[in-house]
Amino acid sequence: MSVATAFEIVLAAVVLGLGIWTTAVRETYSATVGFVAYGLLVALVWVRLDAVDVALTEAAIGGGLGGVLLLGAAARLRNTELVLTEAPGKATQVAAAVLAALTGAALAGAVLLLPDPAPTLAPTVVEHAWATGMTNPVTNVLMAFRAMDTMLEKVVLLLAIVGVWSLATDGAWGGHPGPRHRADPHGVLVFLARLLPPVGIVVGIYILWTGANHPGGAFQGGAILASMWLLTIMAGLTDTPPVSSRRWRLVLVAGPGLFLVVGLAGLWLGAAFLAYPPAQAKPLILGIEVAMILTIAVTLGLLIAGAPERSVK
Amino acid sequence: MSLVRDIMTIAAVSAGAFFFLAGTVGLLRFPDTLTRLHALTKADNLGLGLIVVGLLPQAGSLRDGLKLVSIWLLVMLAGATVSQLIARNARQDETAK
Repeated sequence: MSVATAFEIVLAAVVLGLGIWTTAVRETYSATVGFVAYGLLVALVWVRLDAVDVALTEAAIGGGLGGVLLLGAAARLRNTELVLTEAPGKATQVAAAVLAALTGAALAGAVLLLPDPAPTLAPTVVEHAWATGMTNPVTNVLMAFRAMDTMLEKVVLLLAIVGVWSLATDGAWGGHPGPRHRADPHGVLVFLARLLPPVGIVVGIYILWTGANHPGGAFQGGAILASMWLLTIMAGLTDTPPVSSRRWRLVLVAGPGLFLVVGLAGLWLGAAFLAYPPAQAKPLILGIEVAMILTIAVTLGLLIAGAPERSVK
Repeated sequence: MSLVRDIMTIAAVSAGAFFFLAGTVGLLRFPDTLTRLHALTKADNLGLGLIVVGLLPQAGSLRDGLKLVSIWLLVMLAGATVSQLIARNARQDETAK
């Protein structure tokens, strides 16, 4: 057994153990910490599977921003948790266990019954990489070959933010999401919030740019930009924008909007919906990605900031 | 030449792994938050630093090397900030008791 195989077995065992622990542990806070660690280890699993693009997304969303979201939820639930002593009834527990076991068995069956070698479009994707002028197959699939899925995914993000905003009370509607954070202006948090964003912004843009030919892209870069924004918000250096602001709403629809315009232009120019003219494929895709990184950064930031809580007045 | 580089890598990465081990044992065994943080900083600063130093001879280009060093610097920056915040919170909890 090679060192790499031993490492993979240990990694899989730890991921499984963490998964079980996260489900079994009683406090919401501990479960959240377990889930964040789980997300980071799953990212390592993706790296071992040579899916670096997925690993980056998993680390940024599953481990990072998702973790922040869950930590916020855990903090909100802390007060109710002390009161809540009654466990769900036996029947509910058994039903949940059976349902989870059946889902697990179905997933395991689906994976184990895959024909070997599995049906794959990967060679076709690699063969047609020239069509867009980009060599990262994941970006090619996301932005060109299956661009429809990606566009709809961005529309889903928009729907998610509308869902979060709709949780606002009538008085706070149109106001600033989340509490106004204050921190010691000479403290370490403010120091970090001044020092890190310039580096983080460069890294975020680099991840977008390098996504054409290497692992990376708008989503991973956008997640980094969002975390830099959230850092300055949490340090009290800036405030969340009011959700009634037209300019910010424009940024929220810029990504899917431009995607849709380019898609319709493809229809108008004769080929098909979302068909890029081969000569302009790369600049068009880059343009969409630039609009999209802004949309993704602002959407993720506002999703974590939460529902509007303070009215503009 | 490559043998010298490999020996350097093995020595530095092993030393780094030792500090990670020591930091983890400290995290599990030490009695309170401040001493546990003290143990963790050894893993962050020295452990990761030695691993980066060990990987530098294997870096394909100057660019890769600079990336490795900047990862170490960023982790140190984040680690130091978070340690301060946790320590301050722990002290406030203590005085509140």
